[in-house]
Amino acid sequence: MLFLTELLGLKVFDLKGRRIGVVKDAALVPLVDPVRIDRYLVGGGWTWLTVRHDQIRSISLDGIHLRDENLTPYHADEYMLRMARDLLDQQVIDAQGRKVVRVNDLTFEILHEPAGDVLWVLDVDIGLRSIFRRLMQGVLPPRWIRRLQGPIGPNSIRWEFCNILEPDPQRRLRLNMSNRLLEEMHPADLADIVEELSHEDREAIFENIDSEVAADTLTEIEPGIQASILESLETEKAADIVEEMAPDEAADVLAGLEEETSAEILQEMEHAPKSEVRELLEFDEDTAGGMMNTEYVALPNDATVADAMRVLKDHEELLETLNTLFLIDAEERLTGVVPLARLFLHGGATPLTTLATDTLIDTLVDEQQDRVTELFDKYNLLALPVVDQNRKLAGVITADDIISVLRQK
Amino acid sequence: MPSALKRYRVHLAIFFGVFGPGFITAMVDNDAGGIYTYSQAGARWGYLPLWTLLPITILLIVSQEMCSRMGAVTGKGLSDLIREEFGLRITFGVMVVLVLANLTNLIADFAGIASSLELFHLSRYITVPLGAVTVWLLVVKGSYRSVEKIFLFACIVYIAYIISGILVRPNWKLAMVDSVRPVLIFDGEYITMVIAMVGTSIAPWMQFYQQSAVVEKGVTAKEIGESRIEVIFSCIMTSVIAFFIVVACAGAIYSVKPRDIQDAAEAAQGLRPFGQYATLLFAVGLFNASLFAACILPLSTSYSVCEGLGFESGVNKKFREAPIFYWLFTLLIVVGAGVILTPNFPLVKMILFSQVINGVLLPFVLIFMTLLINKRSLMKEWTNSRFYNVVAWGSVALMIGLTLALAAISIQDIRRGG
Repeated sequence: MLFLTELLGLKVFDLKGRRIGVVKDAALVPLVDPVRIDRYLVGGGWTWLTVRHDQIRSISLDGIHLRDENLTPYHADEYMLRMARDLLDQQVIDAQGRKVVRVNDLTFEILHEPAGDVLWVLDVDIGLRSIFRRLMQGVLPPRWIRRLQGPIGPNSIRWEFCNILEPDPQRRLRLNMSNRLLEEMHPADLADIVEELSHEDREAIFENIDSEVAADTLTEIEPGIQASILESLETEKAADIVEEMAPDEAADVLAGLEEETSAEILQEMEHAPKSEVRELLEFDEDTAGGMMNTEYVALPNDATVADAMRVLKDHEELLETLNTLFLIDAEERLTGVVPLARLFLHGGATPLTTLATDTLIDTLVDEQQDRVTELFDKYNLLALPVVDQNRKLAGVITADDIISVLRQK
Repeated sequence: MPSALKRYRVHLAIFFGVFGPGFITAMVDNDAGGIYTYSQAGARWGYLPLWTLLPITILLIVSQEMCSRMGAVTGKGLSDLIREEFGLRITFGVMVVLVLANLTNLIADFAGIASSLELFHLSRYITVPLGAVTVWLLVVKGSYRSVEKIFLFACIVYIAYIISGILVRPNWKLAMVDSVRPVLIFDGEYITMVIAMVGTSIAPWMQFYQQSAVVEKGVTAKEIGESRIEVIFSCIMTSVIAFFIVVACAGAIYSVKPRDIQDAAEAAQGLRPFGQYATLLFAVGLFNASLFAACILPLSTSYSVCEGLGFESGVNKKFREAPIFYWLFTLLIVVGAGVILTPNFPLVKMILFSQVINGVLLPFVLIFMTLLINKRSLMKEWTNSRFYNVVAWGSVALMIGLTLALAAISIQDIRRGG
């Protein structure tokens, strides 16, 4: 095991045991190998030299001994991820711990391969122990530091769970950085992380992750930051993300943008979600119309349980959150509300009207927000249908919308 | 012109969107230590020191505007940036001194709570622990949004100083003339007073707090214009309040008999001949300012330290998630309040000492700031313009000179036995 704080400043010796210089930095070339240190940058005289990993015989706390001394002068290389310059003191995302952390030190594993020793990046060190090492680096001999740090508990993150932040898209490509770790996280966790980052890093994440994940994440982010993210993205990318959002969420986000930007994004969007979003945008944010979404399942009055099942099969994407079915007459006017769970207790031929709730509770599109939350509380609702002046079903407000409203107060 | 009106309204909306960070920072700047300095200046020298407020306002605007711009453009706190650009060791050093400086400032503020309430015959052995618990609960149990609202409301209480200044019926004509007429007297005490006025006006914690608050508020580069207006407005308000404190003490104490006062509460008492209300308002103002600063200082310190050293931080996190943040916050309050309750604690020496530490730290902070804000990789097109840089470096040099002088004077006073 070797820490970056120990590697930096380690003496490098040639074949005859003469000192060439000391290690100034170490670099991965992720395109070649994501964990093995590929090059060591050695400073001695006027210029820095590059030592390839296969030119090394042994690595220990006492120094690095070479087995090939044909070294080339160091030149900046976009494909290199330099440990000290690019990682030390910078922020990375701990995908497993779901938080943003700052790199204090790195831990390497020394592998004794037949050809010579190589270093593998093992952990990113955070916490007090690594701070202690950094402060003592160069002040005390490494072996003393190792002994003295004993009582402080270690705190580190496995290298494979670290997501490095790199705003420059060109460099991201050259460094072969994927967003797999972020895309695998729960959108709500990713949203918390994004809120903690700088504008540049937020933008970089949203530019690169899958639009569907981006949409789910954006939904969970607080409104002010939502707007600044969308405004920073290319219109096309922003439109892709907004398309993937539920229409009511999309309308909320767009309502928070400057008129010009939201018009551009709407323009860029595909047809189907666009018209729904546009309709929703017409409503005042503080009314039932502004709160509702248009993703609901409505069936004709004379439909049976079997009909309902058939329709639900076609709307599988809605099932995760759906808990209520609506009944409408020939003029699309709301006539009844059927709790989804009642479907399971009755045969396929049962008419849905017999399963509807006794009292029909609904609200008008221009009803005030406070009044709507009151209804949810009073009648213990999970979903509340919203109708227009002609009692035509316009949308539905669900309990999660109410929770967001209450949280924002 | 409807479109012009609309644009005006949009600007107003954006302004209130960015409103808060600069205003709170600037108001807290007039904490117990500041109020004492201004009171002393007025009581001892009358209206003469008023001219310093104009240059102070400019210095304040320059330093605070740089912070808010950095926060808006980078979305990172000042200690984050120092860490990323100057490394861990420097950050650690800055943080150690910052904790010390803020702790001593905090002690002065708990002293302000104690002495202002003693005017109402409340024992410090009740008020200080109560104040400490209130501060802790307010910050830890309240959400940031509600806490910010409470803070903004607390700012209104500063109007108390304006009213008490008016109640004293000072010589307005003289006050106006002295506000724009610089007077230099080559007298050791006078120069000390001038330096103290400038020195207490810009403290290192302010830059850290303001930048973090700007980031927390979600201000972006697009809103820099509005944010700048906020800073300018806030700094002017701070100086207006300082003006009224000086004027109140000049009118009430100096015009009767010039003398030195020992603490801010004594200034409040000096207003008594002008009615119960003048004293009452001055004392309420002092209590509010002290309590307010006692909330902000430990909070700001814990944020800066945890950001800089990479520990979890934030009042929205649980104790278990951000232990170091909460421990530091708690410890600062406990020590700050505990010191005040220690019998025979050398309080005056402590306050002088705090000025020394502030003086040592501020040059570094200002230099780091000016270096950071000129980095194109960080600030893109929002780096300082050449003119701004001249002003900034000039202010930095001036501030450094003055605070070092203040530190030197304070050290002398400590040697003499405070």
